[in-house]
Amino acid sequence: MAKRIDVSGLNAYYGAHKAIDDISMTIEPRSVTAFIGPSGCGKSTFLRTLNRMHEVTPGGRVEGKVLLDDENLYGAGVDPVAVRRTVGMVFQRPNPFPTMSIFDNVAAGLRLNGKYRKSELKDIVERSLKGANLWNEVKDRLNKPGSGLSGGQQQRLCIARAIAVEPQVLLMDEPCSALDPISTLAIEDLIGELKERFTIVIVTHNMQQAARVSDRTAFFNLAAVGKPGKLIEIDETERIFSNPSVQATEDYISGRFG
Amino acid sequence: MTVATSHRHRKVAEPRPPLALKQSRLPRWTLPVLALVAVGAGCGIGLVAGLDSTVQWGLIAALLFVLATYLLTTAVEGTRQAKDRLATSAVWTAFLLAVVPLASLLWETVARGTKVLDGYFLSHSMGTLPDALPGGGVYHAIIGTLEQVGLATLIAAPLGLLTAIYLVEYGRGRLAKVVTFFVDVMTGIPSIVAGLFVLSVWILILGFGPSGFAGSMALAILMMPVVVRSTEEMLKLVPNELREASLALGVPKWRTILKVVLPTSIGGITTGVMLAIARITGETAPVLLLVWGAKTINNNPFDGAQQSLPLYVFQQWQQGSDASYDRAWAAALVLIAFVMVLNLVARGIARWKAPKAGR
Ligand SMILES: Nc1ncnc2c1ncn2[C@@H]1O[C@H](COP(=O)(O)OP(=O)(O)OP(=O)(O)O)[C@@H](O)[C@H]1O
Ligand SMILES: [Mg+2]
Repeated sequence: MAKRIDVSGLNAYYGAHKAIDDISMTIEPRSVTAFIGPSGCGKSTFLRTLNRMHEVTPGGRVEGKVLLDDENLYGAGVDPVAVRRTVGMVFQRPNPFPTMSIFDNVAAGLRLNGKYRKSELKDIVERSLKGANLWNEVKDRLNKPGSGLSGGQQQRLCIARAIAVEPQVLLMDEPCSALDPISTLAIEDLIGELKERFTIVIVTHNMQQAARVSDRTAFFNLAAVGKPGKLIEIDETERIFSNPSVQATEDYISGRFG
Repeated sequence: MTVATSHRHRKVAEPRPPLALKQSRLPRWTLPVLALVAVGAGCGIGLVAGLDSTVQWGLIAALLFVLATYLLTTAVEGTRQAKDRLATSAVWTAFLLAVVPLASLLWETVARGTKVLDGYFLSHSMGTLPDALPGGGVYHAIIGTLEQVGLATLIAAPLGLLTAIYLVEYGRGRLAKVVTFFVDVMTGIPSIVAGLFVLSVWILILGFGPSGFAGSMALAILMMPVVVRSTEEMLKLVPNELREASLALGVPKWRTILKVVLPTSIGGITTGVMLAIARITGETAPVLLLVWGAKTINNNPFDGAQQSLPLYVFQQWQQGSDASYDRAWAAALVLIAFVMVLNLVARGIARWKAPKAGR
């Protein structure tokens, strides 16, 4: 049940500071969309507006529309909790719950929402951990705290936790920045599998990764330091990497910028 | 005294070795010997000068010791080491100054309190025993303290916790500022004022009689701001990433607070509550005003006068007989032990509940 995302005229603020300016794009269901762009251009901010996590930051404010299959996430009466159940998220830095075991961390989304059958829980946890390529490393220590894992393992634990609730859209903010090449490959394979069922948005600083995993790529840029970030263009990944329509995109991809 | 000169010598004569990792050191026995000498000299000076306070002897000895180590270390090991020794001495002096009153208080209480402290003392009330006679016990006061403090905790802990959660997780704008302001004001309320407040409302206006519960209300007023403050600080320590991780799973905010934020900080929160309990356990003034004190056992905190440990100490001391002095000391010892046990329990819970890392 993947969903299409339609963004139009989206601005996001931190207090008085405008972080992203007038962004409109369409994200196709059952596809992988990659966000690339220089640091600080608002990729994370934009990603967080897609599941209403931006407003969690103190001073965070959003203007504009985000349609999830024709329903505006920012419409009146929309429950942010329901939005986040549908649109899952993996953060830039791993953040397992320190008081919970590995098993409980993966089960957290289901347990905290109270929607599970006990017998299913074990299967779901195992499936999710296998999906995140972590199962073999932790299967003997499922009851140990999640904070006792290495950074890369923690990140895969967080991915397992996010996919355990079976969201329809999965937002990933540089999910591989803490991972070794093998785990990265595993995550990329996982993304390939997940896109059969979900809509996936991934922020990455790794051009090869964007080229490998994504169907469409969006390039963001800053006009100047202190100015809000803007969407420069979004297109088929192949076109972006071979023959982009904007010069700035080509400069960024080929390393000629700044 | 020769190190400095030899240094200068070497500089002229030959290039210095790139890193001087080794240097001359005082032999290990120097410090104890110096200490002994200083104590001896202190006593000697004290005797000769005819000072009769041993505290003065000790101060002289300490000063001599610090001075001697400083000079000797400067001469042999260099100024940096000497400063290090000086700082170490200062830290130890401060430590001793802080510990001396505590230790002497404990010593005094244990020495005097154990005289009549036994099973009989802990399991009997005063009953009809005349105050001048030996015998009697604190059972009624222990019951009273347990019930009053327990009730106060039942009132203040949930209220304080909820207030802190509101302030940290929800509080924005005006209301939060007002609440914070009143919590600050409440922190400064003297216990007698809290007692008078409950006295005027509960007993004078509403017409209830004295009871353990009346005392609990005053104690709760004293306890609440402490709970709010400590819980607030603990909740603020929980990293925002954890809240976001939970929210991003589609978990509602209240469940996030209940299942992620509170478990992460539960150790610190419990410690805060326990310390607040320890603080109100020793309160005398509100109990005197509202619970009145009693000589017999009253198990019902909602009806009639009760006793409590600090009030018992106060009243026994007032009696002024030898037997009542002994009882006052013994009850004070019981009170200290009670608070100590509470603190130990708090530490235990904090350690047990603290987020664990490692495999
Ligand atoms: N919590 C915050 N409070 C205030 N300003 C913020 C906050 N988070 C981000 N910003 C600002 O918003 C802008 C966009 O930040 P964002 O994190 O979205 O960048 P990004 O594209 O994800 O960068 P990176 O590639 O380094 O992760 C930056 O100018 C940043 O300074
Ligand atoms: Mg980012």
